Amino acid sequence: MIHATRHPAASASPNGAVDAPVLMAVDHATKYYKTQTGAVHALEDLSLQIREGEFVCILGPSGCGKSTLLWAMSGLHDLTSGQVVLHGAPVTAPRPEIGMIFQDANLLPWRNLWQNIMFPFEIKKLDPKPFEPRIHQLLKEVGLAGFEKKMPRELSGGMQQRASIVRCLSYDPGVILMDEPFGALDAFTRDEMNLLIQRLWMDTGKTIIFVTHNVSEAIFLADQVVVLTPRPGRLAHIFPIDLPRPRTVEMTFEPDFIHLVREIKMTIETGRYAPLAKVGRAAAQG
Amino acid sequence: MASELRETIPTFGEQGGEETQEVSLTNWSALTNTGLSASWRDTGIIALVAVIIILAAEVAVRTLNIPSYILPAPSAIGKALFTRFPDLFWPHMQVTLIELLSGFAIGASIGLIFAAVITQFPLVEKIVTPYILLLVTTPMIALVPLLILVFGFTLTPRIIAVALASGPMVMINSATGFRRTDLARIALARSYGASTFQIFTKIRFPLALPMIIVGLMVGAIFGLLTAVGAEMVGGKNGLGNQLMFWSSMVKMENFYAIILLLALMGVTIYVIFYWIGKKWASWQA
Repeated sequence: MIHATRHPAASASPNGAVDAPVLMAVDHATKYYKTQTGAVHALEDLSLQIREGEFVCILGPSGCGKSTLLWAMSGLHDLTSGQVVLHGAPVTAPRPEIGMIFQDANLLPWRNLWQNIMFPFEIKKLDPKPFEPRIHQLLKEVGLAGFEKKMPRELSGGMQQRASIVRCLSYDPGVILMDEPFGALDAFTRDEMNLLIQRLWMDTGKTIIFVTHNVSEAIFLADQVVVLTPRPGRLAHIFPIDLPRPRTVEMTFEPDFIHLVREIKMTIETGRYAPLAKVGRAAAQG
Repeated sequence: MASELRETIPTFGEQGGEETQEVSLTNWSALTNTGLSASWRDTGIIALVAVIIILAAEVAVRTLNIPSYILPAPSAIGKALFTRFPDLFWPHMQVTLIELLSGFAIGASIGLIFAAVITQFPLVEKIVTPYILLLVTTPMIALVPLLILVFGFTLTPRIIAVALASGPMVMINSATGFRRTDLARIALARSYGASTFQIFTKIRFPLALPMIIVGLMVGAIFGLLTAVGAEMVGGKNGLGNQLMFWSSMVKMENFYAIILLLALMGVTIYVIFYWIGKKWASWQA
Protein backbone atom coordinates (compact mmCIF):
# COMPACT_ATOMS: atom_id res chain seq x y z
CA MET A 1 0.00 0.00 0.00
CA ILE A 2 1.57 3.27 -1.04
CA HIS A 3 -0.92 5.97 -0.47
CA ALA A 4 -4.51 5.21 0.34
CA THR A 5 -6.35 8.00 -1.40
CA ARG A 6 -8.98 5.82 -3.00
CA HIS A 7 -12.39 7.38 -2.91
CA PRO A 8 -14.63 5.69 -0.33
CA ALA A 9 -17.25 4.91 -2.95
CA ALA A 10 -14.59 3.49 -5.22
CA SER A 11 -13.05 1.29 -2.56
CA ALA A 12 -16.43 -0.30 -1.98
CA SER A 13 -16.18 -2.10 -5.30
CA PRO A 14 -12.82 -3.56 -6.34
CA ASN A 15 -13.84 -3.35 -9.98
CA GLY A 16 -13.83 0.40 -10.10
CA ALA A 17 -15.93 3.38 -9.29
CA VAL A 18 -19.45 2.91 -10.47
CA ASP A 19 -20.89 5.22 -7.84
CA ALA A 20 -18.01 7.66 -7.61
CA PRO A 21 -18.56 11.28 -8.68
CA VAL A 22 -17.65 12.37 -12.19
CA LEU A 23 -14.10 13.66 -12.19
CA MET A 24 -13.58 14.60 -15.79
CA ALA A 25 -16.00 15.29 -18.58
CA VAL A 26 -15.14 15.59 -22.26
CA ASP A 27 -17.80 17.70 -23.83
CA HIS A 28 -18.33 17.61 -27.63
CA ALA A 29 -14.60 17.56 -28.35
CA THR A 30 -13.63 18.34 -31.95
CA LYS A 31 -10.08 18.91 -33.15
CA TYR A 32 -8.61 19.88 -36.49
CA TYR A 33 -4.85 20.22 -36.94
CA LYS A 34 -3.52 22.77 -39.37
CA THR A 35 -0.73 21.16 -41.36
CA GLN A 36 1.15 22.14 -44.49
CA THR A 37 -0.92 19.68 -46.53
CA GLY A 38 -4.22 20.94 -45.19
CA ALA A 39 -6.34 20.33 -42.14
CA VAL A 40 -6.26 16.99 -40.38
CA HIS A 41 -9.55 16.12 -38.75
CA ALA A 42 -8.55 14.21 -35.63
CA LEU A 43 -11.60 14.23 -33.36
CA GLU A 44 -15.28 14.68 -34.09
CA ASP A 45 -17.87 15.59 -31.46
CA LEU A 46 -16.67 13.22 -28.77
CA SER A 47 -18.25 13.25 -25.32
CA LEU A 48 -17.16 11.15 -22.38
CA GLN A 49 -17.38 11.02 -18.60
CA ILE A 50 -14.75 9.63 -16.30
CA ARG A 51 -15.45 8.86 -12.64
CA GLU A 52 -13.03 9.27 -9.80
CA GLY A 53 -10.82 6.23 -9.20
CA GLU A 54 -11.74 4.68 -12.52
CA PHE A 55 -9.34 2.98 -14.93
CA VAL A 56 -10.41 3.99 -18.44
CA CYS A 57 -8.72 2.76 -21.60
CA ILE A 58 -9.12 4.68 -24.83
CA LEU A 59 -8.74 2.25 -27.68
CA GLY A 60 -8.65 2.71 -31.40
CA PRO A 61 -6.60 2.20 -34.56
CA SER A 62 -3.50 4.32 -35.21
CA GLY A 63 -4.29 7.91 -36.09
CA CYS A 64 -7.83 7.82 -34.67
CA GLY A 65 -7.18 10.81 -32.44
CA LYS A 66 -6.85 8.99 -29.13
CA SER A 67 -3.58 10.70 -28.26
CA THR A 68 -5.15 13.97 -29.35
CA LEU A 69 -7.95 13.36 -26.89
CA LEU A 70 -5.46 12.60 -24.12
CA TRP A 71 -3.44 15.73 -24.89
CA ALA A 72 -6.60 17.79 -24.73
CA MET A 73 -7.38 16.25 -21.33
CA SER A 74 -3.87 17.11 -20.13
CA GLY A 75 -4.13 20.72 -21.28
CA LEU A 76 -1.09 20.40 -23.57
CA HIS A 77 -3.32 21.04 -26.51
CA ASP A 78 -6.51 22.96 -27.09
CA LEU A 79 -9.58 21.70 -28.90
CA THR A 80 -11.01 23.30 -32.01
CA SER A 81 -14.38 23.18 -30.32
CA GLY A 82 -15.79 21.61 -27.18
CA GLN A 83 -14.03 21.39 -23.85
CA VAL A 84 -12.59 19.15 -21.17
CA VAL A 85 -13.83 19.78 -17.65
CA LEU A 86 -11.84 18.56 -14.67
CA HIS A 87 -13.14 19.04 -11.11
CA GLY A 88 -15.77 21.34 -12.55
CA ALA A 89 -13.34 23.72 -14.28
CA PRO A 90 -12.42 23.70 -17.98
CA VAL A 91 -8.86 22.51 -18.69
CA THR A 92 -7.03 25.26 -20.54
CA ALA A 93 -3.44 24.56 -19.45
CA PRO A 94 -1.53 21.73 -17.75
CA ARG A 95 -2.96 21.22 -14.26
CA PRO A 96 -0.95 20.17 -11.20
CA GLU A 97 -3.33 17.34 -10.29
CA ILE A 98 -2.63 15.64 -13.63
CA GLY A 99 0.41 13.47 -14.27
CA MET A 100 1.34 12.29 -17.72
CA ILE A 101 3.24 9.23 -18.92
CA PHE A 102 4.39 9.33 -22.51
CA GLN A 103 5.24 6.95 -25.31
CA ASP A 104 8.85 5.75 -24.97
CA ALA A 105 9.52 6.62 -21.29
CA ASN A 106 10.65 10.11 -22.34
CA LEU A 107 13.45 10.36 -19.78
CA LEU A 108 15.91 13.22 -20.18
CA PRO A 109 19.07 11.50 -21.47
CA TRP A 110 21.43 13.99 -19.80
CA ARG A 111 20.08 13.25 -16.32
CA ASN A 112 20.50 10.11 -14.27
CA LEU A 113 17.48 8.25 -12.97
CA TRP A 114 17.23 10.17 -9.71
CA GLN A 115 17.66 13.54 -11.42
CA ASN A 116 14.93 12.50 -13.86
CA ILE A 117 12.57 11.79 -10.98
CA MET A 118 13.47 15.18 -9.49
CA PHE A 119 12.62 16.92 -12.77
CA PRO A 120 8.92 17.62 -12.01
CA PHE A 121 9.88 19.05 -8.62
CA GLU A 122 12.36 21.43 -10.29
CA ILE A 123 9.75 22.61 -12.78
CA LYS A 124 7.05 22.96 -10.14
CA LYS A 125 9.53 24.54 -7.69
CA LEU A 126 8.36 22.01 -5.13
CA ASP A 127 10.51 20.85 -2.21
CA PRO A 128 11.06 17.12 -2.85
CA LYS A 129 12.07 16.34 0.76
CA PRO A 130 8.60 15.34 2.03
CA PHE A 131 8.11 13.15 -1.06
CA GLU A 132 11.43 11.32 -0.85
CA PRO A 133 10.40 8.39 1.38
CA ARG A 134 7.50 7.74 -0.95
CA ILE A 135 9.76 7.91 -4.01
CA HIS A 136 12.20 5.43 -2.48
CA GLN A 137 9.28 3.16 -1.66
CA LEU A 138 8.04 3.42 -5.26
CA LEU A 139 11.50 2.72 -6.66
CA LYS A 140 11.70 -0.39 -4.49
CA GLU A 141 8.26 -1.46 -5.62
CA VAL A 142 9.05 -1.21 -9.33
CA GLY A 143 12.45 -2.88 -8.86
CA LEU A 144 14.61 0.17 -9.51
CA ALA A 145 16.12 0.63 -6.04
CA GLY A 146 19.90 0.88 -6.41
CA PHE A 147 19.69 2.22 -9.97
CA GLU A 148 19.32 5.88 -8.95
CA LYS A 149 22.73 6.90 -10.33
CA LYS A 150 22.29 5.14 -13.69
CA MET A 151 21.88 7.12 -16.89
CA PRO A 152 18.79 6.33 -19.02
CA ARG A 153 20.85 4.70 -21.78
CA GLU A 154 22.15 2.20 -19.21
CA LEU A 155 18.60 1.01 -18.48
CA SER A 156 16.45 -1.38 -20.52
CA GLY A 157 13.24 -0.18 -22.18
CA GLY A 158 11.09 -1.65 -19.41
CA MET A 159 13.25 -0.12 -16.69
CA GLN A 160 13.06 3.27 -18.40
CA GLN A 161 9.27 3.10 -18.56
CA ARG A 162 9.12 2.02 -14.90
CA ALA A 163 11.31 5.01 -14.05
CA SER A 164 8.91 7.28 -15.90
CA ILE A 165 6.01 5.80 -13.92
CA VAL A 166 7.85 6.59 -10.69
CA ARG A 167 8.55 10.09 -11.98
CA CYS A 168 4.85 10.57 -12.64
CA LEU A 169 3.69 9.15 -9.29
CA SER A 170 6.45 10.96 -7.37
CA TYR A 171 4.49 14.15 -6.76
CA ASP A 172 1.24 12.26 -6.17
CA PRO A 173 -1.10 13.55 -8.91
CA GLY A 174 -4.70 12.40 -8.63
CA VAL A 175 -5.20 11.74 -12.34
CA ILE A 176 -2.71 9.89 -14.52
CA LEU A 177 -2.85 10.12 -18.29
CA MET A 178 -0.89 7.44 -20.11
CA ASP A 179 -0.21 7.83 -23.82
CA GLU A 180 0.55 4.39 -25.29
CA PRO A 181 3.21 3.92 -22.62
CA PHE A 182 4.09 0.32 -23.42
CA GLY A 183 3.78 0.45 -27.21
CA ALA A 184 7.53 0.17 -27.70
CA LEU A 185 8.04 -2.74 -25.31
CA ASP A 186 8.17 -6.43 -26.16
CA ALA A 187 5.15 -8.59 -25.32
CA PHE A 188 6.62 -10.09 -22.13
CA THR A 189 7.76 -6.79 -20.69
CA ARG A 190 4.38 -5.41 -21.62
CA ASP A 191 2.56 -8.08 -19.57
CA GLU A 192 4.86 -7.31 -16.64
CA MET A 193 4.16 -3.59 -16.93
CA ASN A 194 0.42 -4.15 -17.14
CA LEU A 195 0.50 -6.17 -13.92
CA LEU A 196 2.58 -3.43 -12.30
CA ILE A 197 0.20 -0.69 -13.39
CA GLN A 198 -2.79 -2.66 -12.16
CA ARG A 199 -1.12 -3.15 -8.77
CA LEU A 200 -0.15 0.53 -8.47
CA TRP A 201 -3.66 1.57 -9.46
CA MET A 202 -5.30 -0.77 -6.93
CA ASP A 203 -2.90 0.43 -4.21
CA THR A 204 -3.20 4.15 -4.86
CA GLY A 205 -6.76 4.53 -6.09
CA LYS A 206 -5.79 7.06 -8.72
CA THR A 207 -7.87 7.78 -11.78
CA ILE A 208 -6.01 6.46 -14.81
CA ILE A 209 -6.79 7.22 -18.43
CA PHE A 210 -4.77 4.95 -20.64
CA VAL A 211 -4.45 5.23 -24.42
CA THR A 212 -3.56 2.09 -26.34
CA HIS A 213 -4.13 0.36 -29.66
CA ASN A 214 -3.76 -3.07 -28.07
CA VAL A 215 -7.17 -4.66 -27.49
CA SER A 216 -6.12 -7.22 -24.85
CA GLU A 217 -4.11 -4.63 -22.96
CA ALA A 218 -7.17 -2.38 -22.81
CA ILE A 219 -9.46 -5.16 -21.57
CA PHE A 220 -6.86 -6.39 -19.10
CA LEU A 221 -6.47 -2.98 -17.46
CA ALA A 222 -9.74 -1.13 -17.79
CA ASP A 223 -13.00 -0.66 -15.93
CA GLN A 224 -14.24 0.88 -19.16
CA VAL A 225 -12.86 0.55 -22.67
CA VAL A 226 -13.72 3.57 -24.80
CA VAL A 227 -13.51 2.52 -28.45
CA LEU A 228 -12.97 5.21 -31.07
CA THR A 229 -13.60 4.98 -34.81
CA PRO A 230 -10.83 5.53 -37.38
CA ARG A 231 -10.04 9.16 -38.19
CA PRO A 232 -11.82 11.39 -37.41
CA GLY A 233 -12.15 9.83 -33.97
CA ARG A 234 -15.76 9.45 -32.91
CA LEU A 235 -17.08 7.47 -30.00
CA ALA A 236 -17.91 3.97 -31.30
CA HIS A 237 -18.86 2.31 -28.05
CA ILE A 238 -17.99 2.14 -24.36
CA PHE A 239 -17.45 -1.38 -23.06
CA PRO A 240 -17.76 -1.83 -19.30
CA ILE A 241 -15.29 -4.53 -18.22
CA ASP A 242 -16.44 -6.31 -15.08
CA LEU A 243 -13.78 -9.01 -14.91
CA PRO A 244 -12.70 -9.57 -11.30
CA ARG A 245 -9.53 -7.97 -9.96
CA PRO A 246 -6.66 -8.43 -9.57
CA ARG A 247 -6.61 -9.72 -13.12
CA THR A 248 -3.96 -12.20 -14.18
CA VAL A 249 -2.28 -12.98 -17.49
CA GLU A 250 -4.04 -16.39 -17.45
CA MET A 251 -7.40 -14.62 -17.55
CA THR A 252 -6.58 -13.29 -21.03
CA PHE A 253 -7.02 -16.85 -22.33
CA GLU A 254 -10.48 -17.32 -20.79
CA PRO A 255 -13.52 -17.46 -23.13
CA ASP A 256 -15.07 -14.35 -21.50
CA PHE A 257 -11.97 -12.36 -22.24
CA ILE A 258 -11.69 -13.65 -25.79
CA HIS A 259 -15.34 -12.88 -26.41
CA LEU A 260 -14.68 -9.27 -25.39
CA VAL A 261 -11.64 -9.12 -27.70
CA ARG A 262 -13.83 -10.29 -30.60
CA GLU A 263 -16.59 -7.82 -29.84
CA ILE A 264 -14.20 -4.91 -29.54
CA LYS A 265 -12.31 -5.85 -32.71
CA MET A 266 -15.61 -6.03 -34.61
CA THR A 267 -16.58 -2.64 -33.21
CA ILE A 268 -13.31 -1.09 -34.37
CA GLU A 269 -13.68 -2.64 -37.82
CA THR A 270 -17.29 -1.61 -38.41
CA GLY A 271 -17.23 1.58 -36.38
CA ARG A 272 -20.27 0.62 -34.29
CA TYR A 273 -21.21 -1.96 -31.68
CA ALA A 274 -23.20 -5.07 -32.48
CA PRO A 275 -23.39 -7.78 -29.83
CA LEU A 276 -21.85 -11.08 -30.87
CA ALA A 277 -23.25 -14.46 -29.95
CA LYS A 278 -21.16 -16.04 -27.22
CA VAL A 279 -19.45 -19.28 -28.12
CA GLY A 280 -18.37 -22.32 -26.07
CA ARG A 281 -18.00 -22.10 -22.32
CA ALA A 282 -18.81 -18.40 -22.17
CA ALA A 283 -22.22 -19.14 -23.70
CA ALA A 284 -22.84 -21.89 -21.18
CA GLN A 285 -22.01 -19.52 -18.31
CA GLY A 286 -23.70 -16.45 -19.65
CA MET B 1 -1.67 26.81 -23.61
CA ALA B 2 1.73 25.62 -24.70
CA SER B 3 2.20 27.43 -27.96
CA GLU B 4 4.71 25.11 -29.66
CA LEU B 5 2.42 22.14 -29.09
CA ARG B 6 -0.75 23.67 -30.52
CA GLU B 7 -0.48 22.07 -33.93
CA THR B 8 1.60 19.12 -32.81
CA ILE B 9 0.02 15.80 -33.65
CA PRO B 10 1.14 13.69 -30.69
CA THR B 11 2.88 10.94 -32.63
CA PHE B 12 6.46 12.10 -32.71
CA GLY B 13 7.86 9.17 -34.62
CA GLU B 14 5.51 9.42 -37.57
CA GLN B 15 4.49 12.86 -38.70
CA GLY B 16 4.52 15.20 -35.73
CA GLY B 17 8.22 15.62 -35.02
CA GLU B 18 9.79 18.43 -36.95
CA GLU B 19 13.25 17.37 -35.83
CA THR B 20 15.49 19.15 -38.31
CA GLN B 21 18.34 16.99 -39.46
CA GLU B 22 21.46 18.72 -38.38
CA VAL B 23 23.69 20.42 -40.88
CA SER B 24 26.71 21.53 -38.99
CA LEU B 25 30.35 22.15 -39.55
CA THR B 26 31.48 19.67 -36.99
CA ASN B 27 30.19 16.57 -35.43
CA TRP B 28 30.57 15.88 -31.77
CA SER B 29 31.33 12.19 -32.16
CA ALA B 30 34.05 12.93 -34.70
CA LEU B 31 35.88 15.00 -32.14
CA THR B 32 35.52 12.64 -29.22
CA ASN B 33 36.18 9.38 -30.97
CA THR B 34 39.77 10.21 -31.66
CA GLY B 35 42.64 9.77 -29.24
CA LEU B 36 42.97 10.75 -25.61
CA SER B 37 41.01 7.87 -24.20
CA ALA B 38 43.91 5.51 -24.86
CA SER B 39 45.17 3.12 -22.21
CA TRP B 40 48.51 3.58 -20.44
CA ARG B 41 50.12 1.10 -22.81
CA ASP B 42 48.88 3.04 -25.85
CA THR B 43 50.05 6.28 -24.27
CA GLY B 44 53.47 4.72 -23.72
CA ILE B 45 53.70 3.67 -27.37
CA ILE B 46 52.63 7.12 -28.56
CA ALA B 47 55.30 8.73 -26.36
CA LEU B 48 57.87 6.26 -27.58
CA VAL B 49 57.12 7.20 -31.21
CA ALA B 50 57.63 10.86 -30.32
CA VAL B 51 60.97 10.09 -28.70
CA ILE B 52 62.08 8.06 -31.73
CA ILE B 53 61.11 10.86 -34.15
CA ILE B 54 62.96 13.46 -32.09
CA LEU B 55 66.05 11.26 -31.80
CA ALA B 56 65.96 10.49 -35.54
CA ALA B 57 65.71 14.21 -36.33
CA GLU B 58 68.65 14.90 -33.99
CA VAL B 59 70.77 12.22 -35.68
CA ALA B 60 69.71 13.30 -39.18
CA VAL B 61 70.50 16.95 -38.56
CA ARG B 62 73.94 16.09 -37.20
CA THR B 63 75.00 13.45 -39.74
CA LEU B 64 73.45 14.98 -42.89
CA ASN B 65 74.67 18.49 -42.05
CA ILE B 66 71.22 19.98 -42.53
CA PRO B 67 71.66 23.76 -42.31
CA SER B 68 70.18 25.18 -39.12
CA TYR B 69 68.00 27.67 -41.03
CA ILE B 70 66.03 24.70 -42.39
CA LEU B 71 65.89 22.56 -39.27
CA PRO B 72 67.95 23.18 -36.17
CA ALA B 73 68.80 20.18 -34.00
CA PRO B 74 65.92 19.26 -31.65
CA SER B 75 68.33 19.65 -28.73
CA ALA B 76 69.02 23.25 -29.77
CA ILE B 77 65.27 23.95 -29.99
CA GLY B 78 64.73 22.38 -26.57
CA LYS B 79 67.60 24.39 -25.11
CA ALA B 80 66.18 27.62 -26.56
CA LEU B 81 62.74 26.80 -25.26
CA PHE B 82 63.80 26.00 -21.72
CA THR B 83 66.55 28.58 -21.18
CA ARG B 84 64.94 31.53 -22.93
CA PHE B 85 61.31 30.90 -22.07
CA PRO B 86 61.06 33.38 -19.15
CA ASP B 87 62.68 36.34 -20.89
CA LEU B 88 62.19 35.75 -24.63
CA PHE B 89 58.95 33.87 -25.03
CA TRP B 90 56.73 34.23 -21.95
CA PRO B 91 56.10 37.99 -22.31
CA HIS B 92 54.93 37.46 -25.89
CA MET B 93 52.95 34.36 -25.01
CA GLN B 94 51.13 36.45 -22.41
CA VAL B 95 50.17 38.94 -25.11
CA THR B 96 48.85 36.18 -27.36
CA LEU B 97 46.97 34.62 -24.44
CA ILE B 98 45.36 37.94 -23.52
CA GLU B 99 44.24 38.49 -27.11
CA LEU B 100 42.95 34.95 -27.40
CA LEU B 101 41.13 34.86 -24.06
CA SER B 102 39.52 38.28 -24.25
CA GLY B 103 38.67 37.99 -27.95
CA PHE B 104 37.26 34.51 -27.44
CA ALA B 105 35.28 35.52 -24.35
CA ILE B 106 33.69 38.42 -26.24
CA GLY B 107 33.09 36.50 -29.47
CA ALA B 108 31.84 33.32 -27.80
CA SER B 109 29.39 35.06 -25.48
CA ILE B 110 27.97 37.20 -28.26
CA GLY B 111 27.78 34.16 -30.55
CA LEU B 112 26.11 32.04 -27.88
CA ILE B 113 23.53 34.64 -26.87
CA PHE B 114 22.85 35.48 -30.50
CA ALA B 115 22.30 31.81 -31.31
CA ALA B 116 19.98 31.33 -28.33
CA VAL B 117 17.88 34.36 -29.27
CA ILE B 118 17.81 33.96 -33.00
CA THR B 119 16.72 30.32 -33.01
CA GLN B 120 13.53 31.40 -31.23
CA PHE B 121 12.53 33.38 -34.32
CA PRO B 122 12.67 31.10 -37.38
CA LEU B 123 12.03 33.90 -39.87
CA VAL B 124 14.82 36.12 -38.52
CA GLU B 125 17.08 33.10 -38.43
CA LYS B 126 16.38 32.32 -42.06
CA ILE B 127 17.36 35.85 -43.04
CA VAL B 128 20.45 36.12 -40.84
CA THR B 129 21.99 32.68 -41.36
CA PRO B 130 23.55 33.35 -44.81
CA TYR B 131 25.35 36.38 -43.36
CA ILE B 132 26.62 34.35 -40.43
CA LEU B 133 27.87 31.75 -42.91
CA LEU B 134 29.64 34.55 -44.75
CA LEU B 135 31.34 35.55 -41.50
CA VAL B 136 32.34 31.96 -40.81
CA THR B 137 33.82 31.36 -44.22
CA THR B 138 35.59 34.72 -44.66
CA PRO B 139 39.10 34.59 -43.13
CA MET B 140 38.94 37.29 -40.49
CA ILE B 141 42.69 37.88 -40.76
CA ALA B 142 41.84 39.68 -43.98
CA LEU B 143 40.19 42.43 -41.93
CA VAL B 144 43.23 43.03 -39.72
CA PRO B 145 44.87 45.73 -41.91
CA LEU B 146 41.59 47.65 -41.85
CA LEU B 147 41.22 47.21 -38.09
CA ILE B 148 44.80 48.40 -37.56
CA LEU B 149 44.03 51.47 -39.66
CA VAL B 150 41.13 52.26 -37.33
CA PHE B 151 42.54 51.23 -33.94
CA GLY B 152 46.30 51.54 -34.46
CA PHE B 153 49.00 49.04 -33.43
CA THR B 154 47.33 48.12 -30.17
CA LEU B 155 45.76 44.94 -28.86
CA THR B 156 42.30 46.17 -29.84
CA PRO B 157 42.33 45.22 -33.55
CA ARG B 158 43.69 41.78 -32.69
CA ILE B 159 41.08 41.16 -30.01
CA ILE B 160 38.37 42.24 -32.43
CA ALA B 161 39.77 39.90 -35.08
CA VAL B 162 39.80 36.98 -32.62
CA ALA B 163 36.23 37.77 -31.58
CA LEU B 164 35.14 37.98 -35.22
CA ALA B 165 36.80 34.65 -35.97
CA SER B 166 35.47 32.70 -32.98
CA GLY B 167 32.05 34.32 -32.54
CA PRO B 168 30.37 33.17 -35.77
CA MET B 169 31.82 29.70 -35.30
CA VAL B 170 30.32 29.44 -31.82
CA MET B 171 27.11 30.98 -33.10
CA ILE B 172 26.56 28.61 -36.01
CA ASN B 173 27.24 25.45 -34.00
CA SER B 174 25.18 26.60 -31.01
CA ALA B 175 22.32 27.54 -33.33
CA THR B 176 22.36 24.00 -34.70
CA GLY B 177 22.12 22.80 -31.12
CA PHE B 178 19.30 25.17 -30.15
CA ARG B 179 17.40 24.25 -33.29
CA ARG B 180 17.00 20.68 -32.07
CA THR B 181 13.41 20.68 -30.96
CA ASP B 182 12.61 17.59 -29.01
CA LEU B 183 8.85 17.98 -28.84
CA ALA B 184 8.43 14.89 -26.68
CA ARG B 185 10.68 16.37 -23.98
CA ILE B 186 9.10 19.79 -24.34
CA ALA B 187 5.66 18.23 -23.92
CA LEU B 188 6.94 16.47 -20.80
CA ALA B 189 8.12 19.73 -19.26
CA ARG B 190 4.93 21.51 -20.33
CA SER B 191 2.85 18.81 -18.64
CA TYR B 192 4.44 19.89 -15.36
CA GLY B 193 3.50 23.46 -16.16
CA ALA B 194 6.95 24.62 -17.30
CA SER B 195 7.35 28.22 -18.44
CA THR B 196 9.05 29.08 -21.73
CA PHE B 197 12.13 30.11 -19.74
CA GLN B 198 12.18 26.77 -17.92
CA ILE B 199 11.81 24.97 -21.24
CA PHE B 200 14.88 26.85 -22.38
CA THR B 201 17.07 26.22 -19.33
CA LYS B 202 15.94 22.66 -18.59
CA ILE B 203 15.37 21.24 -22.09
CA ARG B 204 16.68 23.35 -24.95
CA PHE B 205 19.98 24.31 -23.38
CA PRO B 206 21.05 20.83 -22.20
CA LEU B 207 19.95 19.46 -25.56
CA ALA B 208 22.12 22.05 -27.32
CA LEU B 209 25.10 21.69 -25.00
CA PRO B 210 27.05 19.08 -27.00
CA MET B 211 26.89 21.29 -30.10
CA ILE B 212 27.76 24.38 -28.04
CA ILE B 213 30.88 22.68 -26.71
CA VAL B 214 31.92 21.71 -30.23
CA GLY B 215 31.34 25.30 -31.33
CA LEU B 216 33.43 26.65 -28.43
CA MET B 217 36.27 24.26 -29.22
CA VAL B 218 36.37 25.08 -32.92
CA GLY B 219 35.87 28.77 -32.16
CA ALA B 220 38.80 28.81 -29.72
CA ILE B 221 41.09 27.12 -32.24
CA PHE B 222 40.00 29.57 -34.97
CA GLY B 223 40.67 32.34 -32.46
CA LEU B 224 44.22 31.13 -31.90
CA LEU B 225 44.86 31.00 -35.66
CA THR B 226 43.53 34.51 -36.07
CA ALA B 227 45.46 35.89 -33.09
CA VAL B 228 48.76 34.59 -34.51
CA GLY B 229 47.87 35.79 -38.00
CA ALA B 230 46.95 39.25 -36.73
CA GLU B 231 50.24 39.49 -34.84
CA MET B 232 52.13 38.65 -38.02
CA VAL B 233 50.38 41.46 -39.92
CA GLY B 234 51.22 44.24 -37.54
CA GLY B 235 52.38 45.14 -34.07
CA LYS B 236 55.50 44.66 -32.08
CA ASN B 237 54.66 41.80 -29.74
CA GLY B 238 52.89 38.47 -29.52
CA LEU B 239 54.05 35.03 -30.60
CA GLY B 240 53.04 35.63 -34.24
CA ASN B 241 55.14 38.75 -34.35
CA GLN B 242 58.06 36.87 -32.83
CA LEU B 243 57.78 34.16 -35.49
CA MET B 244 58.33 36.84 -38.12
CA PHE B 245 61.12 38.42 -36.09
CA TRP B 246 63.15 35.24 -35.45
CA SER B 247 62.77 33.96 -38.99
CA SER B 248 64.05 37.26 -40.32
CA MET B 249 67.01 36.93 -37.94
CA VAL B 250 67.45 33.30 -39.09
CA LYS B 251 67.42 32.22 -35.44
CA MET B 252 65.44 29.13 -36.25
CA GLU B 253 65.75 27.40 -32.86
CA ASN B 254 63.75 30.30 -31.38
CA PHE B 255 61.32 30.08 -34.28
CA TYR B 256 60.70 26.39 -33.69
CA ALA B 257 60.44 26.92 -29.94
CA ILE B 258 57.56 29.33 -30.60
CA ILE B 259 55.93 26.83 -32.97
CA LEU B 260 56.07 24.30 -30.11
CA LEU B 261 54.46 26.80 -27.74
CA LEU B 262 51.66 27.47 -30.22
CA ALA B 263 51.12 23.75 -30.70
CA LEU B 264 50.95 23.39 -26.93
CA MET B 265 48.29 26.10 -26.76
CA GLY B 266 46.23 24.44 -29.49
CA VAL B 267 46.45 21.05 -27.80
CA THR B 268 45.50 22.59 -24.45
CA ILE B 269 42.36 24.10 -26.02
CA TYR B 270 41.46 20.71 -27.42
CA VAL B 271 42.06 18.90 -24.13
CA ILE B 272 40.06 21.43 -22.09
CA PHE B 273 37.01 21.13 -24.32
CA TYR B 274 37.44 17.40 -24.63
CA TRP B 275 37.11 17.07 -20.86
CA ILE B 276 34.24 19.54 -20.68
CA GLY B 277 32.50 17.50 -23.36
CA LYS B 278 33.20 14.28 -21.51
CA LYS B 279 31.71 15.70 -18.36
CA TRP B 280 28.69 17.54 -19.76
CA ALA B 281 27.85 15.93 -23.07
CA SER B 282 28.77 12.28 -22.75
CA TRP B 283 25.08 11.29 -22.85
CA GLN B 284 25.19 12.22 -26.52
CA ALA B 285 27.75 9.60 -27.57
